[in-house]
Amino acid sequence: MATSTTSPQLNRGGQTDPGRTPRRVGFSQTLGRWDVKLSPYLYVSPFFILFALTGLFPLLYTAFVSVHDWNLIGGKGDFVGFENYAYVLQQPNFWKGIRNTFSIFFISTIPQLIIAIILAALLDANLRAKTFWRMGVLLPYVVAPVAVSLIFGKLFADQSGIINTLLGKIGIDPIGWHAQVLPSHVAIATMVDFRWTGYNTLILLAAMQAIPRDLYEAAVLDGASRVRQFFSVTVPMLRPTIIFVVITSTIGGLQIFDEPRLFDQTGQGGPSRQWMTATMYIYEVGWGNQKSFGRASAVAWILFLIIVVVGIINFSLTRRISSDESSKSRKKVRR
Amino acid sequence: MSAPSVPVIAQTAGKGAARAAARKRSKVGGSDRRPGWVTYVILAAAIIASILPLYYAFLLASSNSAYIAQHPIPSLIPQGEFFDNVSRVLNSDIQFWKALGNSIIVATITSLSVVLFSTLAGFSFSKLRFRGRNGLLVFVIATTAVPTQLGIVPLFIVMSQLHWTGKLVAVIVPGLVTAFGVFWMTQYLEGALPYELIEASRVDGASMIRSFWHVALPAARPAAVMLGLFTFVGSWTNFFWPFIVLGSENPTLPVAVQLLQASYFKDMALIMAGVTVSIIPLFVLFFVAGRQLVAGIMQGAVKG
Repeated sequence: MATSTTSPQLNRGGQTDPGRTPRRVGFSQTLGRWDVKLSPYLYVSPFFILFALTGLFPLLYTAFVSVHDWNLIGGKGDFVGFENYAYVLQQPNFWKGIRNTFSIFFISTIPQLIIAIILAALLDANLRAKTFWRMGVLLPYVVAPVAVSLIFGKLFADQSGIINTLLGKIGIDPIGWHAQVLPSHVAIATMVDFRWTGYNTLILLAAMQAIPRDLYEAAVLDGASRVRQFFSVTVPMLRPTIIFVVITSTIGGLQIFDEPRLFDQTGQGGPSRQWMTATMYIYEVGWGNQKSFGRASAVAWILFLIIVVVGIINFSLTRRISSDESSKSRKKVRR
Repeated sequence: MSAPSVPVIAQTAGKGAARAAARKRSKVGGSDRRPGWVTYVILAAAIIASILPLYYAFLLASSNSAYIAQHPIPSLIPQGEFFDNVSRVLNSDIQFWKALGNSIIVATITSLSVVLFSTLAGFSFSKLRFRGRNGLLVFVIATTAVPTQLGIVPLFIVMSQLHWTGKLVAVIVPGLVTAFGVFWMTQYLEGALPYELIEASRVDGASMIRSFWHVALPAARPAAVMLGLFTFVGSWTNFFWPFIVLGSENPTLPVAVQLLQASYFKDMALIMAGVTVSIIPLFVLFFVAGRQLVAGIMQGAVKG
């Protein structure tokens, strides 16, 4: 941050001509001082006000709703303590939701990150028609998850879906992309990656291009191959960006709703809830047949705590892994 | 005179230029060499993989149920019923035109508002001095890690108290300014707006807001356009919250398209026609402004 280089006293502009100042603090000067003092706060305030009202308050109020009997139609009822939590924790569907959410998250994030880093490394080369390739990988990003899900739901249809038909041609039995647990997670993870891999590729590419080229020169002088350069210079230098990408995809990934919701026409996550996610469960409890806001809030609050914990874990994990690597490589690469 | 040697440059354009030229030349392993065909093949494969599903949707959209049932793998040449299917979508009871209009309204207002408020905040965070600045900025960044979608129940309660459920305002208001936008503009203005320019305008007696309007905003334009595009895309593709708070009476486009699957799930050609039509507006945007979208990310708006 540029704290040290902050602008030298903007408000002293008026004092540069000491010759003709009758010492009277005019109204406009007072106004000017207030302008300088208050404007910075005024300009940043819309974000804070909006976040307080539509982000922070609802999140905290969730805890309050969760300890009440609260119905979508009837509104607030009695204080019930942890009854909603007890109820929710006893539901097999709640646990299925948590399991499915994590499963889809891992199946989507890890390959996505690997593919994105590889694509970014390829794009980082001195390509012809750079912009074309970059635009090409970004294209799926403008397709709405709803559209993606409807398309992939058909691609992955159990009967007469194109993927099962193609698999059949090479002698593989049809896979129950909807009927079975793990295949349905793979299908949904594919949708997530379809849309986000290119986006993350470009973020990583931007970070790659910011790596000082003399690091590579030094590596070359030390006789490092291109592959070696990639692992010993590129990957460690991408550390902050990788952390950023992992954290944003954790927060998004653990709240996943659109893709699984539209994977079939009933929107319940399959007959035995094999791909129902935690957020879908919140919707089902709150707006589905139960219409219980109290219980939905309990689920939301539990999920919130889980996300916070996971966020902390993966922050420290990513940090440790990449700092190990970078300290190793620093020894070798730094002059 | 195609490639003057380094010493020549030193004589004609000074030592700095010579050093720059030498540096350019000596990029050995980095990115100077043209990559081999393998690189192009892999990239082409990635792009084909991202286009094929969309083309598949178009193929289904231009056929009919009988054809789809008989041909699990459709012919790569489209059947001729695309426009028939599209007109069936337009006349179906998903209120397509209303949904399209709603999406345009929501995405436009949201983008303009996010750009304005984020640039204002970015200007303040990057170029003005005030107590608590760093702390507040850290707070903004930290909020990007808050899963606000989980506050959905109280947010819905608030909206129904305000009698906003089913109204576009319920979707617009929570998106008026984003932490991402504020951070983005702060990062950009940090480097793109010299203090001297603001000082000059202040010395000329401009108020803060005038300095912002005449100096910061023009300087912020490239990043502001980017942010506007991203916000537009995000708003256009948003489903969860509009689905909950608007319902099928007053839908945005994704909510309406999703209704197709719920009400006509046997008619795959119709559904895919709806999907294809819903993709087109952002595709047009992408072909017009995709270059900017990519370039903006590359220009270091994302510094981590």
